[in-house]
Amino acid sequence: MPLHLTAEDQQLLDGGSGPGAQMAMRIVVRLAEALEAEQLLTISGAHVDSCLYHGPSTLAFAERLLALGASVKVPTTLNVSSLDLLHPDLFTGDPKEAEQSRLLTECYKGLGGQPTWTCAPYQLNERPGFGQHVAWAESNAIVFANSVLGARTDRYGDFIDICAAITGRAPAAGLHLQENRRARRVFDVSGLPSALLDSDWLFPVLGALVGATTGVQVPVVTGVPGGQPEHRLKSLGAAAASSGGIGMFHMVGSTPEAPTLSEALGGVDPLEVTQVSLADLNETRASLSTATGLSLGSVCLGTPHYSLDEFAVLVPLLSGRQVHPSVNFLVSTGRGIYHELQLRGWLGTLEAAGVTVVVDTCTYLSPALSGGTGPAMTDSAKWAYYAPSNLGVEVTLASTAECVNSAINGVVTVDESLWANG
Amino acid sequence: MADFPHFLCPGQAEGLVLRLDEPLSLWGGLDAATGRIIDQHHPQVGMSISGTMLVMPSGRGSSSASAVLLEAIRCGTAPAAIIMEHPDAIVALGAIVAAELYDVTLPVVVVSPQTLATYITGDSLSL
Repeated sequence: MPLHLTAEDQQLLDGGSGPGAQMAMRIVVRLAEALEAEQLLTISGAHVDSCLYHGPSTLAFAERLLALGASVKVPTTLNVSSLDLLHPDLFTGDPKEAEQSRLLTECYKGLGGQPTWTCAPYQLNERPGFGQHVAWAESNAIVFANSVLGARTDRYGDFIDICAAITGRAPAAGLHLQENRRARRVFDVSGLPSALLDSDWLFPVLGALVGATTGVQVPVVTGVPGGQPEHRLKSLGAAAASSGGIGMFHMVGSTPEAPTLSEALGGVDPLEVTQVSLADLNETRASLSTATGLSLGSVCLGTPHYSLDEFAVLVPLLSGRQVHPSVNFLVSTGRGIYHELQLRGWLGTLEAAGVTVVVDTCTYLSPALSGGTGPAMTDSAKWAYYAPSNLGVEVTLASTAECVNSAINGVVTVDESLWANG
Repeated sequence: MADFPHFLCPGQAEGLVLRLDEPLSLWGGLDAATGRIIDQHHPQVGMSISGTMLVMPSGRGSSSASAVLLEAIRCGTAPAAIIMEHPDAIVALGAIVAAELYDVTLPVVVVSPQTLATYITGDSLSL
């Protein structure tokens, strides 16, 4: 079946709403044809990742749309940029590239994007509801929208995110369609020690294992107690979308399309069932910790952007304590959460302990943001996955508490008891 | 997919096959300035994908991959074509926008797993 366009789609494609919307529609249609979509569908919102600077071509694309008079048709949030726009001095890299990055953020504001600058748009006040179609980019946000909110977005990348926002339309394909949302692979964790199943620290490691094993197939995790909090689902999804190419996962009893294993599977037998063992998880954990010594240069938390719930764990761990002077302790978050930290007095507590809260960006994007090139520590599997390539640093993946204790001691200090047999 | 090969982005290309043992996330995995694989977790880290008929099972990871592919095309370090087993919108978009912005074609093709298995690194291939 060839792609069917409505009269309104065709009008946009023919330039009836101006050349900017026409260019955006041309790209939406080309992608729809590539995905063999039979039609386009209407989206209620977009999250745009294209505002992160990757070179002159990415700026040229945004400038072209802006020059042609395009603007967004649906509420559109913007992902991180490569700068902390509130604290520009934190960026220590090439000033020319900083200027290009800033120009790119101006373009996306000019196109009508809201200056949210967060990779965790699901932590903003307005978020898509169950069954709503949206066009989200940013791999962790895509996974969260589909898995935790039950909203529907395909795995969108740069460029199509803004084109969908401008046209209000997206290809009816991929994870927008019910038949592609059922789980194909089962990960059963019921054999793991109960203390580990009760710990936040399980989720990034499990996510990294699930992503690397499942590739692009939708996985379902079973054997974890139901009603898991959002920060654990976020951490698992972000890890799985870094080590793998997933756009959605299910967790039985915790995500909305998986009240039971059978419903997550859509009543179809899975391709494969994996019994996850402690040994498998320890292997994944070891692969993400590349540091060999105990020396520590920086601690980087907040990939994806720390939520209030995560700060509620972190702040008491740091209250009245002092980060070792040789360690840079950075936490990335969004502006909205930063404002809330100020209101609650938590920012003062963190700063008094020697912590820098970074907004609008992420510390794993460049060495200019990450607090130096010494060995780093993080509680994020996503950060641990990308940092060795992006920053050239060695990294230790650990729990939040271990990261804090290490920062205070000035050396990597870990407790392996949770990961030991019996 | 009903028919193979399926062009996510049309075009013609020829070159030598480089078959990746694992999917590659272009963002965080490819240096667009040099065309080399920089993902420290990838078994072929250090290799150049520039000008190759790049064969991989699927895309992976970051949604910034489209931007990195576009930037590689601008820098002249991109592969000649990308051939995958699973359709990947994020990879296709880099090529779709390059056609829009720079009038350059980079075919992105989906083939059956059986066909994909016949491509061996170093073989000559034209699309």
